[in-house]
Amino acid sequence: MWWRSASFILDKQQTEGVSKPPETLSISPPVDESSMADTFQNPNPKISAYYQSRASHTAVVTSDWLAQAQAAVGFPTDEQLLSEADVKDSESGKPFSVIDEFNNWRKQPDLAEAVAAIRSLAAVIRSSQATTMMELEIELKKASDSLKSWDTTSISLTAGCDLFMRYVTRTSALEYEDFKSAKSRLIERAEKFGEISCKARRIIAMLSQDFIFDGCTILVHGFSRVVMEVLRLAAQNKKLFRVFCTEGRPDRTGLRLSNELAKLDVPVKLLIDSAVAYTMDEVDMVLVGADGVVESGGIINMMGTYQIALVAHSMNKPMYVAAESYKFARLYPLDQKDMAPALRPIDFGVPIPSKVEVEKSARDYTPPQYLTLLFTDLGVLSPSVVSDELIQLYL
Amino acid sequence: MDARRGSRVVKPKVRQVGFFTLDAPNPPGRSLSGPVGFGSSQQSLSPPTDPLSPVMIPPPRHLSDNFASRSTILPVPTPANWRNSGDQIHVGSYNPSQTLLATSPSSRIWDDELEMSEDSSTSVPYRRSGSGKIASSLPGLGVHMAAKSSENSQAVPLRTLGPNKPSGVAENNGGVPTEVQNQPPPSSSKSLKAKTTKAERRALQEAQRAAKVSAKGETNKSGTAPGKTVKQPSAMKDSTAAPSVASTDKRGGDRTLDKERKKDAPHPRMQFDDKNRVEKAKKRAVFNQTEARNRVELFRHLPQYEQGTQLPDLVSKFFQLDTIHPAIYKVGLQYMAGDICGGNARCIAMLHAFQQAIKDYSTPPQKSLGRDLTAKIGGYVSFFNECRPLSVSMGNSIRFLKNRIAKLPVNLLESEVKATLCSDIDRFINEKIIIADEVIVRHAATKIRDGDVLLTYGSSCAVEMLLLYAHELGKEFRVVVVDSRPKLEGQALLRRLIASGLKCTYTHINAISYVMHEVTRVFLGAAAVLSNGTVYSRVGTAGVAMVANAFHVPVLICCEAYKFHERVQLDSICFNELGDPDAISKVPGRKDVNYLDNLTAKEQLQCLNLMYDATPSDYVSMIVTDYGMIPPTSVPVIVREYRREHLWI
Repeated sequence: MWWRSASFILDKQQTEGVSKPPETLSISPPVDESSMADTFQNPNPKISAYYQSRASHTAVVTSDWLAQAQAAVGFPTDEQLLSEADVKDSESGKPFSVIDEFNNWRKQPDLAEAVAAIRSLAAVIRSSQATTMMELEIELKKASDSLKSWDTTSISLTAGCDLFMRYVTRTSALEYEDFKSAKSRLIERAEKFGEISCKARRIIAMLSQDFIFDGCTILVHGFSRVVMEVLRLAAQNKKLFRVFCTEGRPDRTGLRLSNELAKLDVPVKLLIDSAVAYTMDEVDMVLVGADGVVESGGIINMMGTYQIALVAHSMNKPMYVAAESYKFARLYPLDQKDMAPALRPIDFGVPIPSKVEVEKSARDYTPPQYLTLLFTDLGVLSPSVVSDELIQLYL
Repeated sequence: MDARRGSRVVKPKVRQVGFFTLDAPNPPGRSLSGPVGFGSSQQSLSPPTDPLSPVMIPPPRHLSDNFASRSTILPVPTPANWRNSGDQIHVGSYNPSQTLLATSPSSRIWDDELEMSEDSSTSVPYRRSGSGKIASSLPGLGVHMAAKSSENSQAVPLRTLGPNKPSGVAENNGGVPTEVQNQPPPSSSKSLKAKTTKAERRALQEAQRAAKVSAKGETNKSGTAPGKTVKQPSAMKDSTAAPSVASTDKRGGDRTLDKERKKDAPHPRMQFDDKNRVEKAKKRAVFNQTEARNRVELFRHLPQYEQGTQLPDLVSKFFQLDTIHPAIYKVGLQYMAGDICGGNARCIAMLHAFQQAIKDYSTPPQKSLGRDLTAKIGGYVSFFNECRPLSVSMGNSIRFLKNRIAKLPVNLLESEVKATLCSDIDRFINEKIIIADEVIVRHAATKIRDGDVLLTYGSSCAVEMLLLYAHELGKEFRVVVVDSRPKLEGQALLRRLIASGLKCTYTHINAISYVMHEVTRVFLGAAAVLSNGTVYSRVGTAGVAMVANAFHVPVLICCEAYKFHERVQLDSICFNELGDPDAISKVPGRKDVNYLDNLTAKEQLQCLNLMYDATPSDYVSMIVTDYGMIPPTSVPVIVREYRREHLWI
């Protein structure tokens, strides 16, 4: 099926031009004063911070989530943002903190953690009192380090910070004589980078449209905002397809995805996680998101992705991954246990005796040989290209 | 044009004069030296195509077997240099010979001989058993005197020795029939006597100088010795400079010669089943090697020589190899004997030898340094290639060096050029090998966890450093060293690991599937990594990687990026190296295992001792390089992105 090849899609994309879907993302952080308390320290070290924030805005749809979403949609205007920033600067008996900023951004359910990080780092540049380039760079470095150490388990946060540092500071603009112009150039670059990262999801959705053909059945695992975007666009394009959602234990993110899809009138079927192999023969493709894409081209994703990939591989079904390029991380796990584990509480519904051990790891590593293609904002890539991109970015 | 064509026709003869002294003993050949040469130098005073380095004395060209027949053996010149450069080679653990010498059976003889040579500068460094030439020590005082006097009185003929070769060309050109080529090698002939004495004098001079240098090194007798050694090169420089006045008219011919030489140079990966090419290559070879007769059909395109036939020939020819610098010569011999093995050690040894040669180099008049030096290094490289096929690491560093020479600024003085090149070589060694290894070790150590069982095969210096480093970091792990016959390199590694206090298991490759159960990581070295991710390494590596893959054990390859090559290889047949077939048919130290003793000459039995194999990239989980940890699919990216940098550093 030549028309499903990646290069064809890219060509088509170029010739047709990009039709832009309406702007849905808000640009400013919703200011939530009450959350300032838990900003400096991860309040519950037992649980990976990444999954706390995920749980806060990707868990099963609740009324308060809806309320929050409403609040986010009614975003403040730019002037408001600026004035807020001014206020913050002027009133600062309390110094500017990246983590506060980051947490503000993070509250927004549609905003990826990495993008939040990128934005808060951009804010660091903006509010910096530094008078030399070196000072600014050091400040930036410190901010990104503190962000990274705030949550070491989040791959996209780390990768986003690293990429930002690369993208922003590795520029000839730094050789400007004038510090002011250099700084404004940096801010420009930072904003551009944030914008690119924001648009990434839409680009991916458009790139992957030609892989979804009429009458296909797609198996998805967990809730991924990119995957949601892809499916939403497919539904908007009047494609006829059906989606199998896994339940996504323990946080049941699959339920949320099925709710969203049902709203779009896409036929959905819910499966328990252990029914993947049972239904695989009906499935035409597997589509998953990723927490992080590692250097080998494999992905780190929600627990259960690896076994789905194994089943899909053994049944010769294509396995597609939708991931933004800011999730590309310089990590190279050799096997499942070769990563810092991200822990997550699991509710079994019944009390577990203390003697029984519980595997609390929240994610697994899928090696590249089980992946077919990666849909990224850099294009549709085969897994081996990830490393090429990373080498070019980092070396 | 006529002149050029003429010289082209005569080309093989020139070669013979240059290299094949054994085969060119006839009167016209002889007439090259002495007065005739002097006389003829009027028409052909141009500098020789391969100019002599100032330290090298132009050796006589006809007297090779005179030495043999007289059983006077001369020490290799400049033993002190030898020792110095030997020390230079030991960088870190790159040269495993220090410890390997005692363990590897093949190099035992050499070990003894080397020790001999180090004991006293006067003893014979390269003595082959059975040659019956166990020689006296240095010639006595009288000879010394004679040599000394000759140095003064015979200055003029000596000077002409340099340009002699072209004069010979001219002579031959003038109509000496081509029979020169096919003359049977003579036994020692009376008619050569006149020249013999001169040759002897020359040799004695060499010996004398050697003695002096060593005396300086050992007893610190006086400050005069260094002065002498310094003086002599300058004298030689003068002598080479002398005939330059009249030499301009011959340049054209020389250039064609150069060109032909370049064209004729055997491809490093020559197909040895192509008879024509082999013949051609043999003609220009530095020394004769007897090709092994009984070769495996599939591997006939690879060179294989009878072990032991090369050394005596090469040793006896030492003084004829006027184009080969002693440092190069020494390293070549060490390659051949197996004293230096391992990609890094060989590469470093070669680069140090080049450094030595560059230091002693002086541009012949009417030549541009860049071209001449490149040609010279090309000659050295083909010598190395004859001693043992070049490794990819060596190939890449040669490419680097040649590129550096080509990119030299034109306005530099010769001394500046030499200094730049030497420091470039040092930098290459430092950045691409030593620091690269440190980086690799640091990267790879992050993949070792407490409680790991690491498996390694053979002996790779990067892996060894990694294990020692991880041990220093206090990681708790166990090492399984897998080894195989005939080299048993793993034993040397094991010895060093145990000395550092690591917990080790030693096993042969036969037990690999048994031992793989408990292994959590496999660390392997590589001789080269090719651009399709294929890892080219010591034979047996592919088997280990395959078994590890079957057991789902990750395989990590530690390899410096300068060993990456853009070639693609799918099997281990096209490009490989054949070792000594006797090594696998005989078991050292086991008298009772003698089933093959008389069979090796038989047609039906073909022993295959492959040196390398190709591990497909499917079996490799990760390649650890100085650029970080990359999947095998990213090798071409590194090759592409850093090719320029490799050449420039």
